[in-house]
Amino acid sequence: MVGFYSSLLSSEWLVPGRNLFLTIHVLGIVCFAYIVAKRVVPLVRAQGDPRFDHPWTRLGRVLKFWLGQWKHPRYKFAGTIHILIFAGFILLAARAFSVLIVGVSENFVMPGLSGRTGYIYNLVTDYASTVVFLCMVVAGVRRLVFKPARYAVPAKYGKSHTPDAVFLLGLIAILMVADSLFAASNVAGHAQRGQPAEALATLSLPWMLQILIGSMPLATLWVLNVTAYLVHELTFYFLLCYRPFGIQFHVETSLFSIYFAKLERGRLKPVRWNVPDEHLDLVKSFGVKTFEDFTWKHMLDFYSCADCGRCADNCPANAAGRPLAPRFLTIKARDYAFRHYPVLGRANNGKPLIGNIYSEDEIWSCTTCGACEEECPLLVEYIDKIVDLRRGMIDDGNVPQSLQKPLKALESRGNPYGRMEKKRADWANAAEFQRSCSVKIFDGKSSAGILYFVDSITSYDDRMQSIGRSTSRILTHIGGGFGILGAAERDSGHEVRRFGEEMLFMALRDHNTDAIKASGVQRIVTADPHAYNALKHDYKDVPPVEHISQVIAREVKGGNIRFHRVENEDNVYTYHDPCYLGRHNRIYEDPRAVLDAIPGLKRVEMKRSRDRSFCCGGGGLMLFYEPKEEQRMGVLRVRMAAEAGANVIVTACPFCLVNIEDAIKVAGLEGEMSATDLTELVDQHLTREGCPEKAKELETTTCGG
Amino acid sequence: MEILVCMRRVPDTSENEIELNVAGNDIERDELVYSVNEADNYAVEEALQIRDRVGGNVTVVTVGGEDDEEVLRRELAMGANQAVLISDEEFSGSDGRGIATILKDFVQRGNYDLVLTGVQADDGAAQVGGMLAAMLDYPFASLVNSITVDGEKLKVSREIEGGNRELNEIDLPCVLSIQTGINEPRYVGMRGIRQVASVPISLLGASDLGVEKTAVGEVAAKVRRLDYFVPAPSKGAEMLHGRREENAHKVLELIAARGGLK
Repeated sequence: MVGFYSSLLSSEWLVPGRNLFLTIHVLGIVCFAYIVAKRVVPLVRAQGDPRFDHPWTRLGRVLKFWLGQWKHPRYKFAGTIHILIFAGFILLAARAFSVLIVGVSENFVMPGLSGRTGYIYNLVTDYASTVVFLCMVVAGVRRLVFKPARYAVPAKYGKSHTPDAVFLLGLIAILMVADSLFAASNVAGHAQRGQPAEALATLSLPWMLQILIGSMPLATLWVLNVTAYLVHELTFYFLLCYRPFGIQFHVETSLFSIYFAKLERGRLKPVRWNVPDEHLDLVKSFGVKTFEDFTWKHMLDFYSCADCGRCADNCPANAAGRPLAPRFLTIKARDYAFRHYPVLGRANNGKPLIGNIYSEDEIWSCTTCGACEEECPLLVEYIDKIVDLRRGMIDDGNVPQSLQKPLKALESRGNPYGRMEKKRADWANAAEFQRSCSVKIFDGKSSAGILYFVDSITSYDDRMQSIGRSTSRILTHIGGGFGILGAAERDSGHEVRRFGEEMLFMALRDHNTDAIKASGVQRIVTADPHAYNALKHDYKDVPPVEHISQVIAREVKGGNIRFHRVENEDNVYTYHDPCYLGRHNRIYEDPRAVLDAIPGLKRVEMKRSRDRSFCCGGGGLMLFYEPKEEQRMGVLRVRMAAEAGANVIVTACPFCLVNIEDAIKVAGLEGEMSATDLTELVDQHLTREGCPEKAKELETTTCGG
Repeated sequence: MEILVCMRRVPDTSENEIELNVAGNDIERDELVYSVNEADNYAVEEALQIRDRVGGNVTVVTVGGEDDEEVLRRELAMGANQAVLISDEEFSGSDGRGIATILKDFVQRGNYDLVLTGVQADDGAAQVGGMLAAMLDYPFASLVNSITVDGEKLKVSREIEGGNRELNEIDLPCVLSIQTGINEPRYVGMRGIRQVASVPISLLGASDLGVEKTAVGEVAAKVRRLDYFVPAPSKGAEMLHGRREENAHKVLELIAARGGLK
């Protein structure tokens, strides 16, 4: 067996062409190095981004998302094809390099690939190149005949990407055929000359080619062998140097993109890395205004995007016909980088991105739901970029009139509605409610263990105040005492920050942090996932925070909360995952466990649920923004619930409830479909032990502890 | 072009619940939040856009007290070059004519090609702009909703009844009162205000301007407020008190019932 592999590769036939092959090698490598160096130029001019920490965690993620192709099976067919191609490429890497080197040094054997290992490796790669070739055919047919909708390029974003994609598939197919033909002609030649000829893997591409050409004269085989080699070499280097001009650059960059990918969910990047809050006033310009304001990692994302369209396919803004598709946010930036940092010629930069490649509406259209990031196989980041672009617009005063009023009101009144601070706790003071439950307002003197952080919409919106009352009754039932901040509470600032108004957010955060600290509470509970995310990820030095669904689930499990039979047994319920509870914080099971604990409750799942949940239309300031859209996200969502066979949508977020209740009306489903908050449903089904009168009495005395 | 914008600080109608005070002679001002009068903000934005097109300076001025520094600073953050606060105890109780007199003396000290005011203050009577023009003997156009600079003249369009527009040519220097909607005022955030926190605001009093004391203040006021009240609903007015959606349906029904919808 020894020498089998080397005898396959050692090809005295190539000797006459050695100088030519060497020249192509050198040219190819120099070209590639030059192009890559040019591609690195903007990354060097970019903003800093500290991504060199946690090497082990990052390596683990490389194993999972890069080598393990973790996200790919989310699209079964395309994902499987990609996994096969990726595996093929990984397996074929050593073979490709061996073949390249053999042209210069005919007896070269890749270290570790001699003998039996080499023999097995050779058989495996025979199949690998066959599989990759077949995948190219399938992918090409898919692109040209079946044309999956997510690859389409709307006219406003330029020309179709299909010709380029098919061209690249074709080049890889040629590479596979050339490699196989090279091996096949070698084996055929050896055989004809009576030299030991090893078996090619049965039914593989080289095997079939060898049968085809086996009986050809030796001279023809020689021509085939040298031609196959040359085609292989030229295609290899052409691909290598062409990839940095388009979507296949991810072959080189994905490893780095995934290694340096963001580790923390739900968190936003600061305005500038390594600039503490108190020094922000010294930063001349906020956010991203020109391309060079992006961080190097964000630029790397642009290079790494493979144009698979999964982000846009899952983007609710795109589905609703808003002028935003995450895919093109990236593609446009990459094209900008290629135009302004050309491979030949000088860099020409510094133009504002808004009005040039991005429109204002495009950037305001995002609800930061995170569906795109959840889907991206390459872990491309979008929310941080959108927020950075918004920070830039805010800094330039470029803010839609519809958002200026609520922002101003948040500045002067601490809520987007411009309502008086002293009326923030009015929902808790309603006489009817106070008879069954009195809510304590922290005054800085006495303290209770738990703070219920209400936030603006639940405090002021007539309909959403019901969530505040239900939450209070549930917390009262659980016992242990709780209170609210009342007039001292300000908006959590979650959307203020995500709309790019960092300084206003900081003012709100600092005010709330002081108020929370002054209350002396040990933990915080909120029924608003946006407030939950803000307190958990945007605030520092506040007590641990839980969403009410986590608290209820725990109490249900511990037996402290029990439910009576579902009130309307004909109802079919479905749970809508709020983005900031689900995707951003991965709380998927607790609310479902609570629903399933209500005896007799029938629950169905929508097709889009858990990490593929579909945004209701967005919270906070998004309620004030007037988007350009064909239909409401909420209407699409309500139709999904109807399709699942549900007639009650349960959610766990006041903004979801606003949007879904509105959407039910817009969709004309009033009467057939309704929406409710988890806290309302729980409140309605709580079994209050003992005689009801006594329970009520008990509540009044213990409420607010 | 040297542009002056006269502006005022008013209780923000979108962020306050305006209630009458117990005495019934004013609104309850204890917990009000104030902001730049909306139309004045449009006037400042228009001035900034003209300056950015043709060059020059934008000065913002207000007659008031030290609380008014807040709104001047906001307009500095928007991009105004200078801000002037005219403040004097002598001025308190001035009526519209008194304010116009003070502003006239200020304008005459400077060298302004164009003086802009908002079309009216939220709590005002839309009178200062016109009076100021008359006192200065400048041409005046009200309800202006577009401005084009054309050499020594301006082309201004005005909103007229029925949503129509007329286009006028007007000689400089002139006074224009600016209608809301003429542009989209830029946003000013906390960061912008902090960046101009140390920019000095000129403070001028009666003696600096040479204002005749008998022409301003309460003594000179010929218009006096007698009462503040909520008008009683007249007959024929039907108040709807339901939820917004219910009200919308009710309104539709009412209009249809009276033959308004065919």
